[in-house]
Amino acid sequence: MRLTCPHCGERDLREFAYKGDALALSRPEANAELQAWHEYLHIRDNPAGPTRELWYHTPCGSWMVAERDTATHAVHRTMTPAEATK
Amino acid sequence: MRYSGFKVFLEGLRGQSGWKPVWRDPEPKPVYDVVIIGGGGHGLSTAYYLAKNHGLTNVAVLEKGYLGGGNVGRNTTIVRANYFLPGNSEFYSHSMKLWEGLAADLNYNVMHSQRGLINLFHSDGQRDAFARRGNAMINQGDDAVLLDREGVRSYLPYLDFDNPRFPVYGGLLHPRGGTARHDAVAWGYARGADRRGVDLLQQCEVTGIDIEGGQVTGVQTTRGPIKAKKVAMIAAGRSGQVAAMAGMRLPIESHVLQAFVTEGLKPVIDHVISFGMGHFYISQSDKGGLVFGGDLDFYASYAQRGNLPMAEHVMEAGMALMPMIGQARVLRSWGGIMDMSPDGSPIIDRTATKGLYLNCGWCYGGFKAVPASGFATAHLIATDRPHETAARFRLDRFATGRGLMDEEGTGAQHNLH
Repeated sequence: MRLTCPHCGERDLREFAYKGDALALSRPEANAELQAWHEYLHIRDNPAGPTRELWYHTPCGSWMVAERDTATHAVHRTMTPAEATK
Repeated sequence: MRYSGFKVFLEGLRGQSGWKPVWRDPEPKPVYDVVIIGGGGHGLSTAYYLAKNHGLTNVAVLEKGYLGGGNVGRNTTIVRANYFLPGNSEFYSHSMKLWEGLAADLNYNVMHSQRGLINLFHSDGQRDAFARRGNAMINQGDDAVLLDREGVRSYLPYLDFDNPRFPVYGGLLHPRGGTARHDAVAWGYARGADRRGVDLLQQCEVTGIDIEGGQVTGVQTTRGPIKAKKVAMIAAGRSGQVAAMAGMRLPIESHVLQAFVTEGLKPVIDHVISFGMGHFYISQSDKGGLVFGGDLDFYASYAQRGNLPMAEHVMEAGMALMPMIGQARVLRSWGGIMDMSPDGSPIIDRTATKGLYLNCGWCYGGFKAVPASGFATAHLIATDRPHETAARFRLDRFATGRGLMDEEGTGAQHNLH
């Protein structure tokens, strides 16, 4: 599996660290209900197929969002978090 | 048919003509008392103990593929009871006791081999941590022996004791730890359940879970609808998809864990060796293959195969620990879908829907849990109360923060285990 860093281009998997589902970008408000925090921290859709995830490119120190298929390991699209949340 | 040495001898004389299929291939009945979704190790052992311990035999196990075709056939066969935290400790201790009587109980040779498991440590601090873990194991009634460097050398003379990064300071020996034949465990439980009247329905995928007024009423399957007042979801890595049919979202993320086996070699590794700092562990199968594995690939996956960087990492760790295996040729590698929970510990619990039960979150440790997991899940289904050995495996511990069991001490969040 190779991933494309939005800044550095296509790179080896070894250069990346995985954070998890891209819902980490939608952090609840500080005063949100406990249930919202529980869902943010623990509950996952865990899809067998297309998913959106946060990855970190270690050499350039930047985060990115990858659209990837968990059943095939195909990487469809990667973008900066700014592009992903636009 | 009961298996015995005499029977094997007799069939040898009769040209092996007397063996018969060991379980039926029945048509689904319209109604069961209990339906179990998932014909893997945990589902089959749950069915077995429902019949054996609770007299519930009007039970069906629904398997979308073939029995034992998932993680119970894709693991590295390690059986151990070396957990530290209350909750895990008593559960895996119970599982070990069941393992020790399993072949006789099932009348099926599960090839349980208590060859001893050694967890290596590489610093004074790690020695203290393992001494503490060993004391916890002894307090639980299990066995642990703290070995110094020379103690480890007496068992494992072939290690690189003076590795510059991870010199071997000693190890924690768990003499009752070992391995078992993974397929035989699935087959033994399947045969035992079938003999007691449980229907094992293969090629039967669940496509919907029927719920009326907060009570489960049955399931829709590719072999037709089946009614049941009690349904257990025991689908390991696929738990998320099964639970979604009941309108549930789980605290589970499915990851890939790879394992490897070499060509058959003469006996060389007599124990299970765990090199935690290198994320490497190894044992030798009865066929002679060196069976080894490492850590997760660390990204969500259902592909049942991993990528090369982790394969390389595992081989490097193996070479660092025991340079002698460098000549061995790897025959196969494979991956399993691990149902990772946030704290690394499992879930055996009721759900918000009456009659619907959940068994998942086994992370990369489900194989050794198969007997006790089935035992406890059967108890939960039959009595609607958790079994005392699994009472802490609650689904709500993530929402409340109460009773989290973070065995590794890394934090109760995804991607930390």
